[in-house]
Amino acid sequence: MSASTDTELHGHGEEHGHGSRKSYLVGFGLSAILTFIPFWLVMSAPLANPGLTAILVILLAVAQILVHTICFLHVNTSGEGGWTLLAYVFTGVLLVITIAGSLWIMYHLNTNMMPGMTSGEVSTTP
Amino acid sequence: MASTKAPATFDPDTFHLVEEDAHDHGHASPVLLGFWIYLMSDALLFASLFATYGVLSTSYAGGPSPREIFELPLVAVNTAILLVSSITYGFGMLAMEQGKARAVQLWLALTALLGISFVSIELYEFSVLIAEGATPQRSAFLSGFFTLVGTHGLHVTFGIAWIAIMMVQIARRGLDLTNKRRLLCLSMFWHFLDVIWIGVFTFVYLLGMLR
Repeated sequence: MSASTDTELHGHGEEHGHGSRKSYLVGFGLSAILTFIPFWLVMSAPLANPGLTAILVILLAVAQILVHTICFLHVNTSGEGGWTLLAYVFTGVLLVITIAGSLWIMYHLNTNMMPGMTSGEVSTTP
Repeated sequence: MASTKAPATFDPDTFHLVEEDAHDHGHASPVLLGFWIYLMSDALLFASLFATYGVLSTSYAGGPSPREIFELPLVAVNTAILLVSSITYGFGMLAMEQGKARAVQLWLALTALLGISFVSIELYEFSVLIAEGATPQRSAFLSGFFTLVGTHGLHVTFGIAWIAIMMVQIARRGLDLTNKRRLLCLSMFWHFLDVIWIGVFTFVYLLGMLR
């Protein structure tokens, strides 16, 4: 019964979509490690350089997002004839443009402001 | 040109392209892809909130900075709760594939309980911040923080409501095709929220503490 309804939900021969016990366990294990390391890096500060710590934390977050996408969301090249992956990649591009673009533009606007008007200096005033 | 061709293939009962079904990989149900597109648009909503927070994250207006108000152990607990809830939902999906309605309901209940714990801890964190005077009105940084984290919390709250509704639906109609499709959509929604949370704990909390 389960197999017949499954064929109705997914096209013939498509078995992915829910993943296996193994993919969930692997995803959970990797995510646990990729969560623990950045929290440890920030909370016990083994690295003296905060800039290096920040870069590591960001890279670990990107890695964990990819683990979640593959192991939990089961995005792959064949799901929905590739449209799932295409939409995901397109969204990723828009996301990077929106976030990185906004930060870049606003950072330059801030540095071009009159002295004493940048947010950094305002924050130090009581 | 197109208008003369259209009536020949137009069928009022078909709301998606008929030829989609002819493809080998075409889904019998277009709902899953449609829901995925919704999630991607939701990701763009979060992208604008992340960008807003990023731009305003140093505008303290003389108010508290992230280092002074964030409680990382609390965030770590919340992160663990959400991660565990992702795998409990995953086990629910595996039980669904085996047609075990009772097991699906138990995993859903466990996922909902973890979700409720997550939202409760977040509300506790918010209440502590507001009691300390770190309200959304205090500074642009706090406005951005409450909007971003609050929107994620609201999504989780709606996810919990959806889980509760699915538990009722399964109790009434079992694991039929419609309920399976809904559970698949909810699965994507729940895992998607965990992905957004990775962005939140990284960019808001961890990088905030480094600033």
